[in-house]
Amino acid sequence: MSELSVVVVDDHAMFRSGVRAELERLGAGRVEIVAEAEDVPSAVRVIAERRPDVVLLDVHMPGGGGPEVIRQLPGTTYLALSVSDAAEDVIGVIRAGARGYVTKNISAPELIDAIERVAGGDAVFSPRLAGFVLDAFAGTIDVAQVDEDLDRLTEREREVMRLIARGYAYKEVAKELFISIKTVETHVSNVLRKLQLSSRHELTRWANDRRLI
Amino acid sequence: MTTTSPAYRRASRPADRRVVGGVAAGLADHLGVPVLWVRVGFIVATWLNGAGILAYLLLWRFLPLATPDDAPGVESATRAGMRGRNRLGRREIAQTVAIGAVGLGVFTLLSVVGRGPSSHLLVPVLVGVVGIALVWRQLDDAAWNSWLRQTSGPGHIGRIAAGLALVSLAAVFVISEGRGWSATLDLVAAVAVAMIGIALILGPWVSGLWHDLGEERRQRIRSQERADVAAHLHDSVLQTLALLQKNAQDPAAVATLARRQERELRDWLYGDDSPAGSTLVAGLRAEAADVETAHRIPVELVAVGDAPMSSDVAALVRAAREAMVNAAKHAQVSRIDVYVEVADGGAEIFVRDRGVGFDADQIPDDRQGIRGSMVERMQRHGGDTRIRSTPGEGTEIVLTMPLRAAQEESREA
Repeated sequence: MSELSVVVVDDHAMFRSGVRAELERLGAGRVEIVAEAEDVPSAVRVIAERRPDVVLLDVHMPGGGGPEVIRQLPGTTYLALSVSDAAEDVIGVIRAGARGYVTKNISAPELIDAIERVAGGDAVFSPRLAGFVLDAFAGTIDVAQVDEDLDRLTEREREVMRLIARGYAYKEVAKELFISIKTVETHVSNVLRKLQLSSRHELTRWANDRRLI
Repeated sequence: MTTTSPAYRRASRPADRRVVGGVAAGLADHLGVPVLWVRVGFIVATWLNGAGILAYLLLWRFLPLATPDDAPGVESATRAGMRGRNRLGRREIAQTVAIGAVGLGVFTLLSVVGRGPSSHLLVPVLVGVVGIALVWRQLDDAAWNSWLRQTSGPGHIGRIAAGLALVSLAAVFVISEGRGWSATLDLVAAVAVAMIGIALILGPWVSGLWHDLGEERRQRIRSQERADVAAHLHDSVLQTLALLQKNAQDPAAVATLARRQERELRDWLYGDDSPAGSTLVAGLRAEAADVETAHRIPVELVAVGDAPMSSDVAALVRAAREAMVNAAKHAQVSRIDVYVEVADGGAEIFVRDRGVGFDADQIPDDRQGIRGSMVERMQRHGGDTRIRSTPGEGTEIVLTMPLRAAQEESREA
């Protein structure tokens, strides 16, 4: 795989420089940070200009937070990254269109791996996100008004989510359920799609409903 | 029952989901029925001599406004515009307006055919109600805003004035009923002159008082908040930083300290700070933190659902603790995953490590931990323990426990 261009969007300069240092040290030849941004307007500008393969996106940010960036530029691949564990906000950024969510204490090799996986079209679910997702579908987290639209998870998808929440890697999930890794990835992508609403039209409507008009 | 609830529930009006006053949304939450039914119910009741409107206004007056009670971190992120705002769906507003319009149509029809309330009262009552709603809505917001963000602005005062004007207009309508148009005009003029006079005399004084009060309250709240934050930072973060400096040469200790501090701060900012003894998840969280500190190994806890504490749940938490301690002591790993799920009247806990594993059939008799603390304890409380372990691949301990309602349990005891 050729080197992936990455933009880091985070309002904490210390965190940005930390990620940059780690990725330069351990990710040389695999990922390259081409730009940084610290709030929604600068992120939108930088992403539109550099067209990176992957955007590392903080959940909470001045100017409306991560979801606002995704709403303005929906065509890019986003990996949400935060210390915030407010479940609604994490689910919110996923619903807006991020392909995955990891916490900031993730190790550098894991982060590089996650970047490559979202760039390759996969979804990256941490155990914590899987827990939030199960909660969201169980109705424990109050996600949004339009939640009657939230499709139910199939039994298989629920099983996959539970195994991920239990700390299983995709490979281990596949082994446990006697299915291929590709099938696990398909299930996870389906869950993501259900969260993001089934059609483009609904997604647009959902985004419009939440716009500050 | 999977959630904790107090002995009785108080209805309230959810501030973030109201279309007019939030009464319908609050009632729907309280009664557990779709909000649409409640709205239609109010409209239908209104056809009966306006009972619906009266009930709505009374409930509006007496139900407290419930503002979203977010953790400090979330609240501050909301204030700073870092979260994006949850707006009421346009569909819901349109739906409410549509119901209202249909209701008004039927109401008018009823009064025209002479079966409903007399039509000459209809207009003043409606005007009055709209006026009252306008003022109350504004006061609701003022009470909410004064501690969420800063209030006032011309729109705020303008809307109150408009509301008061509408109410006075309704009063004039009623008083001048049947005395003709000129009487109405005279009354309007008199009331207007009186109001302007009062406003001129009392206006500056009231606005000064209002401003001072608001300012003082804001100051007080701000300084209280600052004191809270300072105290919290001192109690936790500063202490940890001091410890980190002292332990700088010991990476494992530094990592443990940092992790504990991170968890504490996160719980405080975003989480629930329910005391350790109150629910299953709170208990597990406390035990996980304990194991982390004692054995210097990260415990990743993911929870879906929760259950109130009971003797069964307490046994489950203790068994889970034993599983975590076992993994920390024997598995030789760098992290433990714990997943707890409460659903369908039962709780399940998975404690997993990717460590050395062992042969489950050959647990030596002297290993009290697994047999006494886990398997037998779980059995005594009607639960079950499953151990899956493969040498070289890791161990997963699955604890399952059916949850009975608390009353049932105490009756049995």
